Amino acid sequence: MEHIVIIGNGISGVTAARHIRKLSDKRITIISAETEYFFSRTALMYIYMGHMKFVHTQPYENWFWKKNRIELKKAYVTQVNETSKELVFDTGETMKYDKLIIATGSKPNKFGWPGQDLEGVMGMYHKQDLESLEKYAPNNKVCKRAVIVGGGLIGIELAEMLQSRNIPVTFLVREQSFWNGVLPAEESEMINRHIREHHIDLRLGVNLQEINADEYGKVKSIIIKETGEEIECNIVGLTAGVSPNIDFLKGSNIELGRGVKVNRMLETNVKDIYAIGDCAEQHEAIGERRPIEAVWYTGRMMGETLAQTICGNPKEYTPGHWFNSAKFLDIEYQTYGWVWAKPKENEARFYWEHKDGKKCIHVSFDKNSREFIGINTFGIRLRHHSFNTWLNEKRSVDYVLEHLADANFDPEFYKQHEKEIITKFNTEQQTQITLKKRNWKRIFSY
Amino acid sequence: MKFIRITGLYIFIVSVLLSITTLFMGSYTLTSSSIEEAFSGKKSRVSETLTVVAKENGLLNKTYPNQFSFMEDVKILLNKYNTRITDDLTKERGISSVEKERVLSAATKEGKVIYSQEIINQSLSENKAKLLHDGTNWMYTSNKTYEYEENFEKDLTDKINEINRQLAGEYVLYDNKYTRFDITERSATGIITNNKVLFLFLTFGLGVIGSLMYIITGLFLKPIPGIKNNGIYFNNAINRGWVGIIVFGFLVSFYVLLYFYPYIIANWTNIVDPLKSIFIKNGSASQWFLYGILYTVSMIVMGIRMFIKYRHNQYQIVRTASVLFFQIIFAFLLVEILPLFDLPGVDLKNAWPLDYNFLTDWNVKNYLEAGHLGKFLFFWGFILSLVVVPVLVYFYGKRWYCSWVCGCGGLAETLGDPYRQLSDKRLIAWKIERWTIYPILIFAIVMTIVVGMNTYDIIATPNNPNNHTFLGINAYKINEWYGFFIGSIFAGVIGTGFYPILGNRSWCRFGCPLAAYMGIVQRFKSKFRITTNGGQCISCGNCSTYCEQGIDVRSYAQKGQNIVRASCVGCGICSAVCPRGVLKLENAPNDGKTRHEIPEVILGNDVNLFEMLEENK
Repeated sequence: MEHIVIIGNGISGVTAARHIRKLSDKRITIISAETEYFFSRTALMYIYMGHMKFVHTQPYENWFWKKNRIELKKAYVTQVNETSKELVFDTGETMKYDKLIIATGSKPNKFGWPGQDLEGVMGMYHKQDLESLEKYAPNNKVCKRAVIVGGGLIGIELAEMLQSRNIPVTFLVREQSFWNGVLPAEESEMINRHIREHHIDLRLGVNLQEINADEYGKVKSIIIKETGEEIECNIVGLTAGVSPNIDFLKGSNIELGRGVKVNRMLETNVKDIYAIGDCAEQHEAIGERRPIEAVWYTGRMMGETLAQTICGNPKEYTPGHWFNSAKFLDIEYQTYGWVWAKPKENEARFYWEHKDGKKCIHVSFDKNSREFIGINTFGIRLRHHSFNTWLNEKRSVDYVLEHLADANFDPEFYKQHEKEIITKFNTEQQTQITLKKRNWKRIFSY
Repeated sequence: MKFIRITGLYIFIVSVLLSITTLFMGSYTLTSSSIEEAFSGKKSRVSETLTVVAKENGLLNKTYPNQFSFMEDVKILLNKYNTRITDDLTKERGISSVEKERVLSAATKEGKVIYSQEIINQSLSENKAKLLHDGTNWMYTSNKTYEYEENFEKDLTDKINEINRQLAGEYVLYDNKYTRFDITERSATGIITNNKVLFLFLTFGLGVIGSLMYIITGLFLKPIPGIKNNGIYFNNAINRGWVGIIVFGFLVSFYVLLYFYPYIIANWTNIVDPLKSIFIKNGSASQWFLYGILYTVSMIVMGIRMFIKYRHNQYQIVRTASVLFFQIIFAFLLVEILPLFDLPGVDLKNAWPLDYNFLTDWNVKNYLEAGHLGKFLFFWGFILSLVVVPVLVYFYGKRWYCSWVCGCGGLAETLGDPYRQLSDKRLIAWKIERWTIYPILIFAIVMTIVVGMNTYDIIATPNNPNNHTFLGINAYKINEWYGFFIGSIFAGVIGTGFYPILGNRSWCRFGCPLAAYMGIVQRFKSKFRITTNGGQCISCGNCSTYCEQGIDVRSYAQKGQNIVRASCVGCGICSAVCPRGVLKLENAPNDGKTRHEIPEVILGNDVNLFEMLEENK
């Protein structure tokens, strides 16, 4: 029986394993050094915040794996031997494979800051990071202040986590406005406001110079490069992005860039070795996407696709329309299609913000053809299916806004803002579109 | 603000401790007036005789330090009283053993049984002959013959005993929880009964003030609306910690006392007398009134907490307002007010089979004896269960009842909300759920049929009482068992008492027959579903963790599948706690494809489905 070995028990590896099991009877082994069982990485924050216990972050009960004949191995792979088709573990033990899937995910970036390896400096990615945070910042007596370096999604989550235990947070963001490499100025500004509303000490446009230690080798303070200001703190969170976790492959014949280089079939240059998820790097970017996408959803989609290929149904990885979501403290964010931080040449924009300053939508469309390109939505939930359909059908921005009520995904009884949105759109665009009432037949015609 | 919050907590704790202390305050004295008040609903001979018996045994005007020593003597008293009154009445009006022998010998000649109305008339005086005729005429109908004398003698003896018991019936004071409670409540004296309003304030009043101080300050301490479940799993009270265990012990004890030993908490009912007096002049509260007040006040106070906690979520606000409305108006006020208009004091929203006494004889009589309006209310009970319930479940899912209207649900969604995360999400729990809730539904149906047939017989042929048996099951027995095991133990003691252990919906999930009935409709024929938003789920597990019904919501959401489950009560919390906007409670066209089909691949991945189908052929 063919033996499929998967390194990494994150969403990519586990999705691949589950779908291979659905489609075939192959022997499957998942290897991880992080945890025995699959857990949802995105939920680690909620354990520290007391919303959940670790067991709640496990999407499958422990009996699931045996029942589905997915073998789990807790071990750390140090070497891949492509010629003998063998893995070497740090214990010296080895394991044979017929097909190997590399799904090792990411690790937090470190940019060579002085003091970046001190006690009390941590990322927020692995389960071990959570344990270390619990150790160094259990409460605001032990941890009088935390400094977070890097203004991305993990940074703001870490800030929210520390907030939940009333630990004061200083948040250093290199950019002039939060996450403005991805978010347009308006949304980015909204989140700046919201971060400050939560009494998080947000510092924009600053970099970390160094981290200082006390006499025990623990974090004592940090220095800001631009101002030279020293901020006393007990922990430093490094959340300046992530990069593929592939150091163990150096020295193998597998072609590496920043990540493991793969083609559209998710194959590496070595036969029978594949890479999926955060650690995979496409030779050429797909559509407008980046070659490496460290996103939950793309990991899952690569897992689904590769399972088809491995089970004799060769499939190219063809992600559909871009979508993503996040939550910034209390403000939910979803995006469908592309809304770049700065409009491209052919793009026009429509922006509406609610007067409470916590809800907005930002629509991108083609200046000439008026084709809908993408939408950012904050504080209003929208229906994935609707936008996927409209993007497939290449609908115009006018059509999309006319049918916006179809896409509303807020809970019942929520105040609807479509009318206000359309009034503003009509004024700005000198159009005369009217809002269509929600229609189930249209909604379900995908 | 923090100071006010902590002070509120202390005030609340003091009020609870004080409430417990009140049970041990004051003393108990049996007086002629307390006897009279306790049994004012019965014939005056009852209290007269009881007073005499008490006096003879030296129990009248004796003072007891607590309800337990008091009850020891009351038990003896009741026993002696019952012997006395039965003897007296048999002597006066019943059929004595001498008279029985007379009938027996007249009816049996040379080993043969010839029993008839004439024989009765010959043997007994006119009044007694009529009694015996009414009770035993079935023994001389054409299709009833006795081959053996022994059989006849046995039937006759049984019947005469029954007739004698029935004669004494309205005078006998059964030693049960009701009698014990009535007599204890009226015999309580001392500091509490003299200062009811003061103690009402010190217990209920302070409890409400303290908890509101604790709750409302949350509005200022966490000023930004949003999901704030911080620290729930570090909190001793709601994570099965020691506080939770204490609350659990308190709640279970309360239910056991309320259902089975109400005389022990007679002081509490005395404390709420001033509230009962709003409805009836100088009203005296029963344990059910006490329970109603506690229930409603808890729901209001914890409802305010819901309004604050979910102030950003309009669905939660409307839903909480709805359960409060139905509790206050239907379950509490109307139950008190309807009897003032000579109508049965029933909860008009309480649908069968949750209302398991709907067809019990006393309940039906209550309706039918209350004029046209009473008959209409009885009719409404049928309409509610057989038409309104399934139709609304078809359109809106069972949530319209479970988390918008129902009293049990109302308490679970307010008082129980802090415990919702304790429900068991494992697959095994789902299996157990299906093995308990559906058998209970069947039990409820069988019980109702048996009880209903009995009621029908009693009402259709009042002069010919049958033996109360249908399908070989005794109607009163099965009703009593159901009431004990399901109505009291499961719904009350476990359903609410176990909040801090099993979560807030264990009754609704594992026991409620109405929920089972609506669940079947919801699963197979309803527009309701929780829609999963395409591929947006990140499997974080907040939805499953906070599902009070223990549904593993995530297992559906992460597959891109909608949630269509019999047990979902539509509380909407999964949607509220979702950080990515994945879940929405919806009523939409009911076709399998859009309602609960599992997508081949999750939205976002363009594996060509048609191509795949072709290749798999």
